[in-house]
Amino acid sequence: MKMRKLLAVTLLLAFVLVMTAGCGGTDANKTETKPAATDAAEVILGANFELSGAVAVYGQTKMNGVEIAIDEINKAGGILGKQVKLIKYDNKGDDAEALSLTTRLMTEDKIVTMLGPVTSGRVMVAVPVSEQFKIPLVTGTGTAAAITVADGKVNQYAFRICYTDEYQGKLAGKFAATSLGGKTAAMLVNQNDDYSIGLSEAFKTTFEENGGKVIEQVSFTNDDVNFNTALTKIIATNPDVLYVPAYYEQDALIAKQARELGYTKPIIGGDGWDSADYLLQTAGAAALQEVYFVNHYFSGDAEPAVKAFVDAYTAKYNETPSSFSALGYDTAMFVKDAIERAGSLDPVAIRDAMAATKEFKGITGNLAMGENHDPIKSAVIISFDADGKPILKEKLQ
Amino acid sequence: MKRLLTRQNMIITAALLVVYIIVQVLLSTGIISAFYETNLILGGIGIIMAVSLNLITGFAGQFTLGHAGFMAIGAYFSAVMTVKWGMPFILSLLGGACLAAVMGFLIGLPTLRLKGDYLAIATLGMGEVIRVVLLNTKYVGGAAGLFGIPRITNWTWIFVCSVVTVLCIRNLLWSSYGRACISVREDEVAAEIMGVDITHYKVLAFVVGAFFAGLGGALYSHYYYFIQPGGFGFMKSIEYLVMVVLGGMGSITGSVMAAIVLTVINVFLQQYSAIRMILYALLLIIIMIFRPEGLMGSKEFSTAMFRRFERRDDRGSAGGQ
Repeated sequence: MKMRKLLAVTLLLAFVLVMTAGCGGTDANKTETKPAATDAAEVILGANFELSGAVAVYGQTKMNGVEIAIDEINKAGGILGKQVKLIKYDNKGDDAEALSLTTRLMTEDKIVTMLGPVTSGRVMVAVPVSEQFKIPLVTGTGTAAAITVADGKVNQYAFRICYTDEYQGKLAGKFAATSLGGKTAAMLVNQNDDYSIGLSEAFKTTFEENGGKVIEQVSFTNDDVNFNTALTKIIATNPDVLYVPAYYEQDALIAKQARELGYTKPIIGGDGWDSADYLLQTAGAAALQEVYFVNHYFSGDAEPAVKAFVDAYTAKYNETPSSFSALGYDTAMFVKDAIERAGSLDPVAIRDAMAATKEFKGITGNLAMGENHDPIKSAVIISFDADGKPILKEKLQ
Repeated sequence: MKRLLTRQNMIITAALLVVYIIVQVLLSTGIISAFYETNLILGGIGIIMAVSLNLITGFAGQFTLGHAGFMAIGAYFSAVMTVKWGMPFILSLLGGACLAAVMGFLIGLPTLRLKGDYLAIATLGMGEVIRVVLLNTKYVGGAAGLFGIPRITNWTWIFVCSVVTVLCIRNLLWSSYGRACISVREDEVAAEIMGVDITHYKVLAFVVGAFFAGLGGALYSHYYYFIQPGGFGFMKSIEYLVMVVLGGMGSITGSVMAAIVLTVINVFLQQYSAIRMILYALLLIIIMIFRPEGLMGSKEFSTAMFRRFERRDDRGSAGGQ
């Protein structure tokens, strides 16, 4: 039967897609945190991460950071004198699984705090569950505004330790108008992506508040690889800066094609640009001149804490930690800090301690928890030297 | 009336009621914990989706890759009805299902004239169109998704809806309409010669399948608080197609079993992230090698299997959960 053949081909294709997506990193399962002597003497934390599926790379690199932190904590004697046990589950980037795993961790496994999920959509599904069981969740990378505040009400048990889309869009807008002195700007926005839209809106508002004007906006979609038409249209208006809030695969192509078309003025981006190696390989050092992007931390930072983390990470996984890894590390450390200040393993007490965080020193900057459970923290602007190596341009508070 | 009250029907009704009551009691006493309840709901939605897809693919023989698109329509429209228009849940359920059916009709009419590969590609395109339209509709949240949906779906809703789905599709298949659908699958030319209006029956199967997929979507959105267009992509369609193929194309009880089996397997694999997809694929390969026709083939699990001397025309039943 013809249909059977067609079916076989389709299924095969689907599995190949899933497998290749899931093969991004391999070290996620390397270390199991060792169980302590007795159950009662442990601090049980849960991780609900995207370890397979389309966004597995983010989940795995973040998990690597979490594991470095947990190892470090346990070696230094644990939290409140108890060893930490981390229970990890994979939600494959699926909403339904993220919800059922949150339920599993909070009811079956009796965790005191949940780390994750990694991407905003999955966090949105997990938040109502944490509200229901009154156990806090901390995401290191979920940037959508509605995670912490929905319909004007703060979700009591949801916290994040990364800045929101709006915040980094504002930083970029201010940087473009003041530090770079731009008067006109153009934006190239992924219209299918919430992150891209959020960043562009915040950029536009702040840039115009600071005396600039956005003179052109062109949209593209997830699968685009050729931006020549869009860029030609933008270059014709001759903007002082070009704002590209997108992810690094497309960012590298955009930078390269823009330079080929003769655009030499600054290109600004968000933390989606954070893959210096990829940018250098794809776009080349020449195209990266006058490229600036807002990031969570700078891996070459001379600060001892950052250096220690980068060294430990590089030794274990043989690659430079991305912002995801650094935020994963900070997530676990933030939880430790909160439990110690709470002085107990009661989830409600931990929640109160998290909300009251005044000064937490992390790899990704010092952090105070705001009223909306969004952190008030610093950011960095990264640019590139003549060889295409990332350098720290500016630290913003 | 007399035909409805056969011994067999009464046994099935009683068995279903017992299953319902036992699970309900276990749930309210907390023996089935909150986590297993989420999987119960997910399995129930899987049953509705797989059985409705089986009607289109297994019985009417129309290979479609856009089932998640209908689910998305049901999920979004019902959520809009409850959240934005303040309608009661039962109306939202029906609204979501009906809109999916209407879309099934509009899309089915032109595309079902295509065959095999062409139909597969057309339905794949349809699913993508639905997803992209939702992605660009500000009213339903666009790429950010729609949140703040109340959790109304529970075991009772899931149980009633999946029983109704199975019963409706089973009765449809055992009627002259269903036999016409099956004849289209077996041989379109022969069916046409015998006077079967093949486009009519293809569209019929498509619309009914879309209706129940919309119902599944509506139940989904009212359990998971939040929906995003990305959740209803091509891979979601494949997920349900796997259930249909695994259970056996042309077996309702097979789809029901496959939905349950795959949900359970998934729960076991959640803690093995690194080898999860490999194990899952391996399992499917092994089952397909030893049971290429699926778990049930085109047979049905029925009370008749236990009573050999049953009269032939009593064969088949809605089957247990």
